[in-house]
Amino acid sequence: MTNINIIFVALNSTYSLQNISVIFFILSGCFFLSVGTLGLLRLPDVYNRLHATSKSTTLGAASIFFSGFLHYGFQGMGLTSLVGVFFLFLTAPTGSHMISRAAQKMGVEFSGDVTFPPLSNSQIPSNVDVTLDETEI
Amino acid sequence: MTELFSYTIFLTSALILICILTLFCGYRAFIGPTIPDRVIGIDAIGTNITAIAVLLALLTSFDHFVLVGLVLAIIGFISTIAAANYISENEVIQ
Repeated sequence: MTNINIIFVALNSTYSLQNISVIFFILSGCFFLSVGTLGLLRLPDVYNRLHATSKSTTLGAASIFFSGFLHYGFQGMGLTSLVGVFFLFLTAPTGSHMISRAAQKMGVEFSGDVTFPPLSNSQIPSNVDVTLDETEI
Repeated sequence: MTELFSYTIFLTSALILICILTLFCGYRAFIGPTIPDRVIGIDAIGTNITAIAVLLALLTSFDHFVLVGLVLAIIGFISTIAAANYISENEVIQ
């Protein structure tokens, strides 16, 4: 209720454009963080939960970092906030990919009757010991 | 003076919301059925805490909390990589 009131006050130009955009990016960041945490709590599977958190939570935190950049401008901590946005978009997919590969190596199954796709010969890494029928090769 | 007051209330409510979300991520880190679930929960906690640090920098006059958020993001990434390596390869550095 207070948030809607703040936006109406902002549209009456008691706030500058900078404050309005900071409020907008903080609101979108809170929304995406809420969606990511809801997916982390409610989805049935490791891979589904990873999907929810690695996309939504990254976008929410990067949006709040970007609101910090809008607040400080092109100086000091504003540039640090831009580095934070770049770093989050660079590292969060890497981390979630590592976790999902570790879960597949542990043998965590999907929920329901979903299975992994069958590996073709070119997808098998050379350091993994996979028993293949040698007559097929 | 009233508009500054309501801006502070907005930032504080966003901060409280993200703190509650972090506690819910802690639920997944405790209860999670498999080990990757716990790692995902701890990773989500780290990402939320970076957002909390940036909001604290906006709320108070301590501007350098943005640096705290950046360093927490780096530490969360390194800990995620280390945990994933420890799960899959049984060793952190090979």
